[in-house]
Amino acid sequence: MLKIENLHVSIKEREILKGVNLEVKPGEVHAIMGPNGTGKSTLASVIAGKEGYDVTDGNIFFNGKNLLNLSVEDRAREGIFIGFQYPVEIPGVSIANFMRTALNEIRQYRGLDPLNGAQFLRLMNEKKKVVELTEKLSNRSVNEGFSGGEKKRNEIFQMAMLEPKLAILDETDSGLDIDALRIVANGVNQLKRPDNATIVITHYQRLLDYIVPDVVHVLFEGKIVKSGPKELALELEKRGYDWIKEEYEQGKLA
Amino acid sequence: MKSPSYIEKITQYQQQGTPDPYRPVEEYFQCQVRQMGSVMLPMLNGWFVQDADELATYPNGVVAGSLKTALKRCPELVRPCLSRFAPEERDELIESNEQQFNDGVFIYVPDDVKVEHPFQIVSLVNSRDNLLVQNRHVVRVGRNASLSLIQCDDSIQSGSNFLNVVTEISLSENATLHYYKTENKEADSILFHHLLVNQEAYSLFLSNAITFNAGYVGNHIRVNLNAPFAETRLYGLYLVDKQQHCDNQIKVSHNATDCKSFQLYKGILDDEAKAGFHGHVVVQPDAQRTNAYQTNRNILLTDKAVVNTKPFLEIYADDVQCSHGATVGQLDEEALYYLRSRGIGERSARKLLMFAFANEVCNYVEIPALKDRLSDMVQRRLNGELTICDQCLLHNANHSDIIFPIDESKL
Repeated sequence: MLKIENLHVSIKEREILKGVNLEVKPGEVHAIMGPNGTGKSTLASVIAGKEGYDVTDGNIFFNGKNLLNLSVEDRAREGIFIGFQYPVEIPGVSIANFMRTALNEIRQYRGLDPLNGAQFLRLMNEKKKVVELTEKLSNRSVNEGFSGGEKKRNEIFQMAMLEPKLAILDETDSGLDIDALRIVANGVNQLKRPDNATIVITHYQRLLDYIVPDVVHVLFEGKIVKSGPKELALELEKRGYDWIKEEYEQGKLA
Repeated sequence: MKSPSYIEKITQYQQQGTPDPYRPVEEYFQCQVRQMGSVMLPMLNGWFVQDADELATYPNGVVAGSLKTALKRCPELVRPCLSRFAPEERDELIESNEQQFNDGVFIYVPDDVKVEHPFQIVSLVNSRDNLLVQNRHVVRVGRNASLSLIQCDDSIQSGSNFLNVVTEISLSENATLHYYKTENKEADSILFHHLLVNQEAYSLFLSNAITFNAGYVGNHIRVNLNAPFAETRLYGLYLVDKQQHCDNQIKVSHNATDCKSFQLYKGILDDEAKAGFHGHVVVQPDAQRTNAYQTNRNILLTDKAVVNTKPFLEIYADDVQCSHGATVGQLDEEALYYLRSRGIGERSARKLLMFAFANEVCNYVEIPALKDRLSDMVQRRLNGELTICDQCLLHNANHSDIIFPIDESKL
């Protein structure tokens, strides 16, 4: 599904990613962990197509298409979704109007008819349950005045609405209390299907108690230096990242 | 507030000496904002158009119709509210209007009368000549009375014309006036509107002015808060492109204690359009406990669009709460990225953000049917669909009912 080959990325001529290789197959959940400033969010941004990043080498293939040739919106229409660490507030744009515009532009891209008002309403009411949105959050302006937890729930709600093939959740657990964390994680788990995949970018092992990964990767100094089963996350939690650093410096890691 | 270049220009235009021969009103005006049920006061080329009585008296005592007729029939109602400009505020355009106005609308709401349906002045220009239109409107709202007034300035044919309009509003104690103004003029036209508002104690003036298209539009608003606890709320939106120019000059004078004033003006400028905002609040020495806020926000879509903004507070009292601010910027890049990352194309994303920015002003419209219509017009204007060819701006004859995509109340 997703295949990243030897990805090198710079911001203002400073190299952040120094040859990332990653393959994600349908039905899998991958976790990317690592200390601050090792390029985790950069990786998410480059997959999404955000401006300001220079891809100096390598490729990102998504279901056979080279993502680097696609605009931000076309990547989303191909089925990529980013759950943002800091979702922006957009006063005056209602979540309903936002989601309807997005959904219908995605449908048009895929050659499907737009949803009419009633169909859209039904879908929205159904998907609100995924993240336990009981109040009328959905006709408020996008993220405006939302608490940290509401913003993250809104991200997962959007994910539920758009049904991406690959969701990349960038530090979705940051700033969440335990209840919000549970709701968000439950939402993600409900959306899991054999034909879609999830990449969870996180600092802490905590989220991985709820969203159980198939593979854990450690991103360090712009490279994935170690990959392993879910137990690797527990080990990182226990031992921190210093041993990764040591092994990396001793040349034991990739 | 002087405008010397335009007083010279005005001589190149000619007033139409008499009204057009009567034709049924529906031939000119087809404004049908549904569920609004407004009472129409139509003007054509500067003259009042009416088949029956030019000045009507309604069962509740409201008098509305031609100002010239009112000056003949009930001068005692009109005179106290006419020509109340202070000497230093008069300029040549106001003088010219005073001496030579064609006609205009007079509305009188007696004390304690709450007028249910809005009144609507529609001033159309339908001429290819260098037509000069000088209109003068007088609105008088009595004690504890309330009125909603919509004033539309439109052109229905392309051609150059000069409108020099003066509106005077007097609000007695505890009176309320909701005043909505739309302007949709073609590129060759010049529109000056001088609005003078005098407010007594506890009165409320709410103004919402939207400029959809302009040649040159100059809106000059002067509000005098003359007695305690008067409140004025001024909202404005200008959407200009090509070489259109819209200038808003506002002066609010707090002459008494405990008054409030609030200004929110927003603009989107495309191509080589120009706009000006000059918001001046004066707090006189005795006007303690004044609350005055003003904000002007602009989005420039091109490098060639220009906005001059000058929020300005002049405070002589010490116990006041005042603030002012102005911003000039582009669309929020982070918000654009966020929308696009959900599959919304760049063009649609820009339109969503522009609409959200502009529609804030529509949200302060208190007549639901009018608010929906104005929002729809803002949307169409931003889509490039609303042009001068729409005939009357609020005209609905060639369009099906607005269908809003989602009934959000059901969410």
